[in-house]
Parts: sequence; C-alpha cells; structure tokens
Amino acid sequence: MATQIPFNQANAPEETGADMRPRLWLEVLHEWVTTVDHKKIGMMYIGYALFFLVVAGFEALLMRIQLAVPNNSFVSPEVFNGLFTMHGTTMVFFVGMPILFGFGNYLIPLMIGARDMAFPRLNAFSFWISAFGGILLYYSYIGGSGLYGAGSAPDVGWFAYAPLTAKVFSLGHSTDYWTLSLLLTGIGTIGTALNIVATIISMRCPGMKMSRLPLLPWLYLVTSGLTFVAVGPLTAAQIMLMLDRYLGSHFFDTQAGGSAVLWMHFFWIFGHPEVYILVLPAFAFANEIIPVFSRKAIFGYPAMVAASVGIGFVSLSVWAHHMFTVGLGAAENTFFVLATMAISVPTGIKIFNWLATLWGGKIQFTSSMMFAIAFLFQFLVAGLTGIMLSVAPFDWQLGNSYFVVAHFHYVLVGAILFMLFSAFYYWYPKMTGRMLSEKLGKWHFWLFLIGFHLTFDFMHVPGLLGMPRRIYTYEADRGWMIWNMIVSSGAVVQAVATLLFVYNMIWSYFKGPVAGPDPWDAWTLEWATSSPPPSYNFAETPEVSSRRPLWDLKHPDDPDGDYEIGPSHRQRAKQKEESA
Amino acid sequence: MSDVAVVPSGADVAWNPPARGIVGMVCLILAEASIFIIFIVAYIFYIGKSLNGPTPKDVLSLPIFTSICLLSSSLTVHAAVSALRRGQQRLCSLWLAATVLLGGIFLAGTAHEWYDLIYNHGLTISTNLFGTTFYSLVGLHASHVVVGLLMLSLALWFSLRGQMHHHHSEKLEVLSLYWHFVDAVWVVVFLVVYVLGR
Repeated sequence: MATQIPFNQANAPEETGADMRPRLWLEVLHEWVTTVDHKKIGMMYIGYALFFLVVAGFEALLMRIQLAVPNNSFVSPEVFNGLFTMHGTTMVFFVGMPILFGFGNYLIPLMIGARDMAFPRLNAFSFWISAFGGILLYYSYIGGSGLYGAGSAPDVGWFAYAPLTAKVFSLGHSTDYWTLSLLLTGIGTIGTALNIVATIISMRCPGMKMSRLPLLPWLYLVTSGLTFVAVGPLTAAQIMLMLDRYLGSHFFDTQAGGSAVLWMHFFWIFGHPEVYILVLPAFAFANEIIPVFSRKAIFGYPAMVAASVGIGFVSLSVWAHHMFTVGLGAAENTFFVLATMAISVPTGIKIFNWLATLWGGKIQFTSSMMFAIAFLFQFLVAGLTGIMLSVAPFDWQLGNSYFVVAHFHYVLVGAILFMLFSAFYYWYPKMTGRMLSEKLGKWHFWLFLIGFHLTFDFMHVPGLLGMPRRIYTYEADRGWMIWNMIVSSGAVVQAVATLLFVYNMIWSYFKGPVAGPDPWDAWTLEWATSSPPPSYNFAETPEVSSRRPLWDLKHPDDPDGDYEIGPSHRQRAKQKEESA
Repeated sequence: MSDVAVVPSGADVAWNPPARGIVGMVCLILAEASIFIIFIVAYIFYIGKSLNGPTPKDVLSLPIFTSICLLSSSLTVHAAVSALRRGQQRLCSLWLAATVLLGGIFLAGTAHEWYDLIYNHGLTISTNLFGTTFYSLVGLHASHVVVGLLMLSLALWFSLRGQMHHHHSEKLEVLSLYWHFVDAVWVVVFLVVYVLGR
C-alpha cells in the first residue's frame, strides 16, 4: 500500500474569497476568541507564552541588576522576594508549559494526518482557563495585599515551602493568588494533556501505526502521561494549602502536628516530573529537526521511544533529590541518589542517538540546526552537573546555592529554550507561510549563545564559593562580585538577543521570503499541506505506509516501508511472491 | 470524527483506533487517581498523629449499608450501558434510575455521618489532624459522587425523554467508567479510613 498524500493546493478558493475584503479588527478578534481550531489555539498558546517570556525575562533582568554589584539597593528585599517568586512561577507555568503545549497543539494533528484535536472545545477551554490563571497571578500586583501592604506579588518562592505559606506568615491574599492561579492552570494543563493523548491514540490517519508515529507525537505522549501523574499531586497540595489557609485545617501546620516536610514531598512529586514534562518536548523537537538538517533518518527510532518512556518512568522516583538537605536518612538518600543517577542512562542513549544521526550526514547549518547543536552540547553539560548534584554529600555542600541555580538554568535555558528557538526557526514557516530571516537568526544565535555562556557558565562559580540563592544582596568582601558582574552582563546580552528574535518574528511575518509548503525538504506530514495550512488541514485524509511519508512520496522508487521490519514487511514479501 | 474510523478503500487491514471518549476518560481517571493518592497518603501519614481528640476509634462507625449501595450502583450502571447497547431504552432508564437512587442513598449516608460528627462529636476540619484529613479525603470523594450523580441524572433525563439511543451507548459507557472509578476509590477510602485508620 503506497503512501497517498495529495499535496494541498495553496490558498483554497473559499479562503481567497474571504480574504478579498480587509476585515475589521473586531471580526478578527472574535474569530480568535471563539476558535476551536487546533492551529489557532496552538498559536495563541505560543503568543501567550512569548508575552510571559518577555515579562519573566524582564523580572530576571531586574534581579541581575540588583545582584550585579554588592550592597546594591536597586530593588528592596520585599520586591526582590516577589521577583524571584514571580520569575520562577511564570517561567514554569506560563512560559514553559503553554509554549510546549502550543507547539504540541499546532503540530500533533498535522503530523498524524488528523483534521483537529480529539476534543476541540475542551482544547479551547483548557487554553482559556490556563490563560486566566496567568492573568490572575499578575493581578496580585494590583489586588493581592500581601505582607507589605497593598498590591504585592506572592513572595514565598516558586516552591512555596510550608510553613511560610501559612496565614500567620503570609498575610493578605498574594499567596492565594499564587495558589488559585496554579490550580486553574493545572486544570487547563490536564485538559490539554488528555486531549493530546486522545488525539495521538485515536485520531491517527490510516496506516499510521504506533510504530510509524513520528517521534514528536511519541514524546508528547510520554510528556502528557507524566502530566497526569505530576499535576495531580500539585493540585492536591494546592487544595490542602487552601484548606489550611481558609478553613483552618492543619495539613502543613506544625503547631497542630502537621508536617512541613510533607509539603516538600508533595511539591517535588510534582516538581521533578515537571522538569521532564518541560524537557521531553524539547527532545521531541530535536528528534524532528536534527534528522532533517542531517539529511538522514533518525538513528535508533525504537531506542528513542524506549528511552523516552524509560525517562518518564524513572522521573517519577527521583523527587527527593530536591530534599537531600532535609536529612531524610541514609536509606532514602541512597535510593534517590541511585534513581537520579539511573535516569542519566536513557538520557545518554538519546544523546548518542542524536550524535549517530549527525554522523555521516550532510549537515545543513541553518539557524534552526545551530540552536539544535548548541542544545546537544549544553544539555550534556547540564546533565553532568546534574549527576554531580545527585550525589547526596555533594548536594549537602551546594544545595540551595547558586550552583543549583546555574544547573537548572542550564537545563531550562541551555537545553529547553535553545531547542524552542530551534523549533521556532523550523516551524515558523509552516505557521505563517514566511521564512524567518536567516541573517537575523545567525545574529540571534551567536548573541544568545555568548550571553547564555557568560551568564550560566560563570554562575556556577559563586555557587561553589558559597553564595546562597535568593539573597537580595551580599557583602563586597565575599569574592562574589566579579562573578556576579559577569553573570549580569551576560543577562543583558541575552535580553538583546531575545529582542532581536522578537523583531525577526515581526519583520519576517511581513517581509520574510515566502516559504511554500515544504521549505526544508522534510519528511513528516505537516509539510504535505500548504503554509499556513488551511483550517481543514488536509483536503483528503492522508494514508501512510512508513515513518517518513513524504520521503515515500518524493522517492517512490525507494520507499521507507521497504526497510520496515515486522508484519508489514512480510506481508509485502508475500504479495510480491503471489504476484510473481 | 467518525470518518477516521472507517476502513480506507484498498487497505489490507481495518483501521480502528480506540474510541477517543474512552481514551480521554482513562486519562482523566489517571489524573484524578493521582490527586486521590496524595490525599490518601496524607491520611495514612497523619494516622495517630493528632494532638487532641476525638480519635477515629471514638467517633467513626462502619458505613456498611451505604457502601453496599454505592458499590452495587456500579453493577446497575453497567446494566444500563449494556441495555442501551442492546437498544432496550426503557430498561436503560430503569437501571439509570436505580444507579441515581443508590448513589443518592450513599450521599445521604455521608451527609448523616457528617452531621453526627459535627454536632454530636464536635469534630470539624479544624479540630485536629484526623478531622483535617478525614473531611478532606471523604469530602473529595463525595464531591466526585456529586459530579457523577449530576451527570447520571442528566443521562436519566435524556433517557426518560426518549432522547437516548443505541448510538449513544459509547458516551454512556464513558460516563460509566467515571462512575466505576468513583466506586473503586471508595473501596480504597473505606479500607484506609474505616479499617486501617480505626
């Protein structure tokens, strides 16, 4: 059975008809607010996340200005506490999650040859309730009378340890804004994750067996599975915190026998899988982008799937490595040290598979590919400092220091954000029909790379010298000054690079070269339709017979399916015999 | 998107991916289960750690009758689904009505238990750790029963008006999955709260 994918005609007639007359902005707005189209919702997720990326990036910049020199009083300690809480919460819940779900929403139905997500209206609901959560969090700046009078942000840190969050220690409502916004966005997150799983399982086009599913949907399946078991505990813990604060229950009330450590457990049972929820989509992008720009099929597809599922499972049993300094006891510490180290095995398999994909390929150094290669290198370094921190005695020394901050920013920025930029350069043409400027892209890449390494390489050093995280200033005689200066200057370079990227997106939307349906000569189904795709995605439901349907279409003499092992191959051989 | 499930012309195998409603409900159950697990862990963790009374031994009695009602409602909802699948609409209404009734009895039992605990034993959510964990865990379950009852009542309403047909059986099955989950959670809650914790 050969692959049957009719290339869509760009600009279907009814669409050009609609575009003849310039539309009122109110019409456009109405269309976006009421849409249930997975592509529009995906782009709203991405736009929303980019907005908050700029906001939370600005907060980071303020913190870096404050820490650039000793004894600085650029912001007050109270404001600083609010800044790091808001920066962390925003980046995880209102940048990381929505941007990854945005790409998933946009790409998954296209990649599996479906018309839309399994539950389009649930999709819209999930987006809007998550969006409301973000707005609610920032409303606390106006409405959340906290400890220091009217209009203060939550200031309990992004993991909000008990008993600091108790009513007596966190007066006013700012902590409640934090709790409620996380509860709401949690509902949206579970809704979208559920939708993604149902879409991937039930909406695949004919012929797309699970063994032919592109790796991006495969990894989103693992991420979504993790979301269910990770966001559930967070939701439960937030409910308990609200009961404590408003109905006088005693979950985390140490005065009445409650346990502050229990909150830590509940939070990190969510918190650590969350890291993998964020990083697996980045792996997913790498799995699609690296093969295309190496002009080779991905190396070790089954190993990639197995490693991803393995990471998913192991990541559920490593949470207490965030709690080594609590003093859990030797047996618990040993278990979590070993589990944490074990996770580097499937992760290592992935890195070697990517390297093997690059090996012997005709590598094209587009902006997208350059970000992907930087991702490979930086993710390796982040993994290595992770192994260092997984050793409990080492962690006792450096827990809650800037070394930890540098480590996880290496993952979040060096791996995830770099791969996100790569994904933008790769899929922006599909979403808008225009290429991003490669020249600006190269500037963006080199500036951001330099800024990133200035900031986060050198951030390890003050950590090793004993600088704790979350302090709002420090004395001049500690020897941290020069390092903090370098770190802060790198942050400025990153900010400039990010602005360049935003400018590139806006400029290219109007002036960029027209992309056409398949600018990268790629192999997955999203490139089989026009750019941007029509609302119905595919004029006819595609039918596939291998992992790379577009390769089959472009090379009918040498289809991928010929190299597939398993029953389909045997069936083909049998058919050949019969016909002979 | 029923057109996805149709057999493509010329394909050598039928293309029948699982129904999206079932997959979606299974995912929701997974997420809900993880919420319940956290509340159950908290309950077990705080057994015997209350600084003051009353203790579970003093005030809790086994809700055997209401538990039997809730668990048997799993059978009735299953009977409703299979009746609808066979196209027996009236029988489906009957079984749905039985399910709503049994669920209602369970909820009334919980309400009575709570009334007794609050007014006769002075146990509220803020009394001690037992009260905190008891009301939150049993309350979380009861709120799921309420949601299930609302949806089952809606289904009963449609069924009584004759608007429920054979082709809705998959949707009713999705709802019945949720109800089975609520019942299964009760088995765990019962064992933890009334057997282990007492």
